[in-house]
Amino acid sequence: MSKVILTVDDSRTIREMLKAALMDAGMQVIQAEDGVHGLEMLESSSTPDVIITDINMPRMDGFGFIEAVRGNGKYRAIPILVLTTESVDDKKERARRAGASGWIVKPFDPAKLVSAINRVAA
Amino acid sequence: MHVNEQDLATNSELIAFRLGEQEFCVDIMSVRDIRGWTPTTPLPHSSDYVKGVINLRGAVLPVVDLSARLGFSSTEPTARHVIIITQVGAQTIGLLVDAVSDILTISKASIQATPNVASELARSFTKGLIAIEGRMISLIALDNILASADETSAAIH
Amino acid sequence: MDTMAAIKQTFFQECEEQLAELESGLLTIEREEGDAETINAVFRAVHSIKGGAGAFGLDELVRFAHTFETTLDGMRSGKVETAPQIVRLMLRAADTLADLVRVSRDGGTVDAARVSQIGDELAQAGGAQPAPAAPVFEPIAMSGDQQTDDFGFAPVMISFDDLVGGTQADGGQNGFAISFKPKPELYAKANDAIRLLRELRRMGEAKIRCDFSEIPLLSELDPEGAYLSWHVRLSTSGGDAAVREVFEFVEFDCDLSIEAQGLGGTDASLAVEALLVEAGIKESAPAPAEIPALAPVPRQTSATPPQLAAVAPPTASQGAPAQGAQQPSATIRVDLDRVDRLIDLVGELVINQSMLAQRVMEAGIARLSDVAVGLDDLEHLTREIQDSVMAIRAQPVRPIFQRMSRVVREVADMTGKSVRLITDGENCEVDKTVIERLADPLTHMIRNAVDHGLEKPDDRVKAGKPEQGVVRMTAAHRSGRVVIEVADDGAGINRARVRDIAVRKELIDADAQLSDAEIDDLIFAPGFSTASTISDVSGRGVGMDVVRRSIQALGGRITISSRPGQGTTFTLSLPLTLAVLDGMVVTVAGQTLVVPLTAIVETLQPKAADIHSLGEKARVVAIRGSFIPLIDIGSELGYRDSEADPLQSVAVLVETENQSQSALLVDGIIGQQQVVIKSLETNYGQVFGVAAATILGDGRVAVILDIDAVVAGTGRDHANRKRNAA
Repeated sequence: MSKVILTVDDSRTIREMLKAALMDAGMQVIQAEDGVHGLEMLESSSTPDVIITDINMPRMDGFGFIEAVRGNGKYRAIPILVLTTESVDDKKERARRAGASGWIVKPFDPAKLVSAINRVAA
Repeated sequence: MHVNEQDLATNSELIAFRLGEQEFCVDIMSVRDIRGWTPTTPLPHSSDYVKGVINLRGAVLPVVDLSARLGFSSTEPTARHVIIITQVGAQTIGLLVDAVSDILTISKASIQATPNVASELARSFTKGLIAIEGRMISLIALDNILASADETSAAIH
Repeated sequence: MDTMAAIKQTFFQECEEQLAELESGLLTIEREEGDAETINAVFRAVHSIKGGAGAFGLDELVRFAHTFETTLDGMRSGKVETAPQIVRLMLRAADTLADLVRVSRDGGTVDAARVSQIGDELAQAGGAQPAPAAPVFEPIAMSGDQQTDDFGFAPVMISFDDLVGGTQADGGQNGFAISFKPKPELYAKANDAIRLLRELRRMGEAKIRCDFSEIPLLSELDPEGAYLSWHVRLSTSGGDAAVREVFEFVEFDCDLSIEAQGLGGTDASLAVEALLVEAGIKESAPAPAEIPALAPVPRQTSATPPQLAAVAPPTASQGAPAQGAQQPSATIRVDLDRVDRLIDLVGELVINQSMLAQRVMEAGIARLSDVAVGLDDLEHLTREIQDSVMAIRAQPVRPIFQRMSRVVREVADMTGKSVRLITDGENCEVDKTVIERLADPLTHMIRNAVDHGLEKPDDRVKAGKPEQGVVRMTAAHRSGRVVIEVADDGAGINRARVRDIAVRKELIDADAQLSDAEIDDLIFAPGFSTASTISDVSGRGVGMDVVRRSIQALGGRITISSRPGQGTTFTLSLPLTLAVLDGMVVTVAGQTLVVPLTAIVETLQPKAADIHSLGEKARVVAIRGSFIPLIDIGSELGYRDSEADPLQSVAVLVETENQSQSALLVDGIIGQQQVVIKSLETNYGQVFGVAAATILGDGRVAVILDIDAVVAGTGRDHANRKRNAA
């Protein structure tokens, strides 16, 4: 059973890179372009094993998205990894406070991406 | 076995055709299609060897009266005349000829240089001569077939 | 590797979009129409470019974007104010960023001094303290090869091998004693103790003991609580950092101690205990995270419902624009070749349909018969398909308009003028090819407008005008064409000077009688350039004649109008598509020709009394008091030797680019028709007097007249035309 990953990022480049890395690792990928779209995809697609989300996005940013997921009984048990170029500790702290399970620093190494997923995914 | 391979590598297939009493040929690799004469649409200010343009499956391409182009008499086309559609570089060009006569396979080694007796114009369009079964066939160089007369004469000098 | 190349291409495409977004956002801020979201969008654009650039190891781009982003972040948080000079700096920074992107994509070099200067200015604007050093990223390899990161902030540095190390040969084993007690927060973030233990086990030989001692009585058990803790003895080839990395995400959500220990803990009792515990884990594990159905709404989320509610509506109704946010429109990216193939095929369909219609008519089938009516329906359908297919290639002129604002800034900088560019009609859609080929002529026109059109600030003040000049660029659809105007509010054309230059360059006779419009039109004459020195700006040896020619090559026209002291306006009229054209089909000397409908004023039957001879061969026809030159198309194009009899002909009154009228004599008019434009140049070359070809209903080729060339040709000697034709 391959893992299903929902990626939420407004950058097509990053979406494609995530997809390439995840599919190489034998995972299935669902893509969304921002927080609002991410919530829509949660409703309309099969429930993902892990969510990877960007922070800076239009319409609904990563913080808002994580809070919305954690606030929904159906989805609150899904691990969420935050993608960030912002390695600054208070950004991580904020992601953690919003309820992220972990984070990945961009640009990511595919191997680290997979290992981060393994640490949070069932 | 070794010899055969070499032969294959140096053999060419040619399409031979007639202009008046003379025989010419072009490499089959540059031929896209052979069709009967259809009336052309003349282009203003064009050289006399350009018969005009035709529609070939949606593309507009010129038809060159090869006889006139080589400096012989111009052709009065009839339904029996033939247009050989050729690929010259990026362009597709129709050649108006009297009739297609043959498909030949020859070794490249049997192509002889054009002797000096031919006119300069005719010689500039001839890559070489082929002797086969007592016939003499000129191999046409298509590269400059559409070039302007000025350019052609410049190329000769 | 191919995947990476494809993603890199995506990245550069995306960069173009982000740069456009960035510029338009900054311009909005400059007009003081921006809000917080505008600044956010601008920030995101730069941020996105930085993120992608990092992935491809484009260090210079990353460094600059990082500095830029830091300043923008300051603006976002209100630390940096949106003063005009700051916004202008940011616009220049955006230009530099665009340069860096271009260099990363196409190679070449950028002016390093300029980049670092703008970088410094940005850092300064971002606050007194120097911008934090930009992280230098290593390019990513898509294989899982070992790689070290050089982030200044990276908490740990380990190799991937460390993470999977447990399975490989024991080349130096390390022992660790780990105590791990999750807090409720760990589960609330959907982390799970089991997964972390599983990761530890992957690293090597792990003996795990679970401590259940803190589990309360069921009545006191908080389903969201955390009561278990674990003790692990790990023997692994990995180091301390690798062990810590397992707990990286949870270090603040648990009590954790990791101690390095000597090996040798292989005592049997521990091993058995570990096995028992392992079984125990599976039972005790149903931690809160896995029983969400039971869980009441957790405390921490009580603040979120309003926010969720605010975003819910757009989920339900696609079209509703929530708080000005835009729904991403559903789009697909298609290879242009496929679209063009489709357009070609539809063109064939149109031709086939009209051939069929012609055959049916020739067969004498009644107009109201089922077949004829069916054919009419087919025609409508075909047209609709054609329009829809053409619409695929249509794109708004916005990107090119945005590019012009940069041109204005650069030229203004170079010439020391203050200029405001006002644009309107950016959403006007035109064929992609038309847009692409408009960039150069428009750039040149804009340069001209700023460099030659606008006066120096002092002169403007003296003339009683505001110091800042205005260049206005507008696009609009007008009767099936797109009209683009570039207008400046400068001094207007100095006609005396233009005339002098034209005389000096022997473009006109010294005593030539020219109207104002004719003098203005001299600007387009080949070899004319009003600049007395070849300036850095408009120079490049390109004149307005080149602009006119490139516009004409697009089937467009360019005209000029100028009012002294008030400015100059260039007007471009362009076809919406290069694929079809509305034409009037006429016959001349047995040939069928197409005259572009846009050039036609009217058609008329000349009367003998209206026709006058002028000089040796020329003839004119009097129409409403003006004498219009008669041009016999048949002899002009060499289709016949003798001049046509005007009284046996139809005159098609056409207007050329410079608004002069001519009457073309043709033998007859077949009708109006939309024709599919076929290039003559693909397989032949340019033909003087012919704009392109088309294929008519009978399958034959017809040429489309180039009215301006035909009319201009009548004034010149034949040899000249011959040369142009070759």
